Amino acid sequence: MKLNERSLAFYATCDSPADNAGFLYKRGERHTAYHRRWFVLKGNMLFYFEERESREPVGVIVLEGCTVELCDSAEEFTFAIRFGGTKSRTYVLAAESQAAMESWVKSLSRASFDYLRLVVRELEKQLEEMRRGPAGGCGGCRQSPASWKPKPSGPERFPERLLALPTVLPKENGCAVWNNAPGVDRLPNTSGCGGHDGEGNLRPPPLPPRRRASSSEAGSAGAATAESPSTFCRLHEQYGREVAQLQQDWLERQHGPQL
Amino acid sequence: MRYNERELLSLARQPAEKAAEILMRVPKKGSVLKKRLVKLVVNFLFYFRTDEAEPIGALLLEHCRITKEEENVFSISFIEEPERKYCFECDSEQQCQEWIEALKRASYEFMRRSLIFYRNEIQKMTGKDPLEQYGISEEARFQLGTHKQ
Repeated sequence: MKLNERSLAFYATCDSPADNAGFLYKRGERHTAYHRRWFVLKGNMLFYFEERESREPVGVIVLEGCTVELCDSAEEFTFAIRFGGTKSRTYVLAAESQAAMESWVKSLSRASFDYLRLVVRELEKQLEEMRRGPAGGCGGCRQSPASWKPKPSGPERFPERLLALPTVLPKENGCAVWNNAPGVDRLPNTSGCGGHDGEGNLRPPPLPPRRRASSSEAGSAGAATAESPSTFCRLHEQYGREVAQLQQDWLERQHGPQL
Repeated sequence: MRYNERELLSLARQPAEKAAEILMRVPKKGSVLKKRLVKLVVNFLFYFRTDEAEPIGALLLEHCRITKEEENVFSISFIEEPERKYCFECDSEQQCQEWIEALKRASYEFMRRSLIFYRNEIQKMTGKDPLEQYGISEEARFQLGTHKQ
């Protein structure tokens, strides 16, 4: 299959900002020797160069549909990029420090176009709903209750695939996955209008058990249980429905007591 | 340049945002318009011979320019080589416009800019960062300023 390699090389080396860059050791396909390469992540493309100053990448890994996991390996700070197909290759990489490894695993696991698109669609809907609602309340008020009307249940109110996979990666092949514990400072939940999940705490929702999804009526076709999805996207969809329900519950709760 | 062809082929088989049989011409000397199945999946445009399961090729749609040419025709070119154009002749002006719109939105970079824009707008309106609930507000790729390198 032809690929517009020249443009790819240009994209890799032009001065558009990279989402991550640094040295990583890459394990060879057949041999277990690691080669140190300069890696540059742009969007859903992970380029690797022989040297930092090289003019052209040696190769690129298209990250769409991959999962990223920590490795149980003799080498320190290893992680793997895996794909779903039967004959797909697993890319084993090793960072030079714990911090570097964590940084790479985080950025790679969120690198897919699909993921980005889910977030964008969700924000788009939020903005649309806010604009449609009557002019918001007091200035500085976190949320005007009027602009967060409780939504009628039904698939048309929530996008089919709401983002729901912020920090916990799918266990696609049952291996331990990187769990990005929320060490991030967050705004305190002062006004009570915080956009937090139904659990009432500041954490993103934990990996939801399958059974919770089946009762959701918001956009769920009831197919959220049972068979393990074979793709990253399908997992998004499933978790998304659960979060859609959580969000709906939360919004309804917000609307009630605030009035 | 090495790349994971198997995964790209697998991507080509996934449901497309947009797919159609369109006449296509590649920027090679002497090439002519040929009917191709053109399929947009994430930020890739795959093109197939109409009776084949595997694509002939794929175009990564980053740093590209989508231009309306003459009637029913649009082109894709890349900013480092603007004169090398992939031309597409649609069945109708409407189809042509739809493809132009879809392709303009199809890059990762466009998506990222949209996200930053919406995030900013929502933050202005509510005083809250909408990415917080997803735990990704610190994610480098979504920051307003320059990315960390």
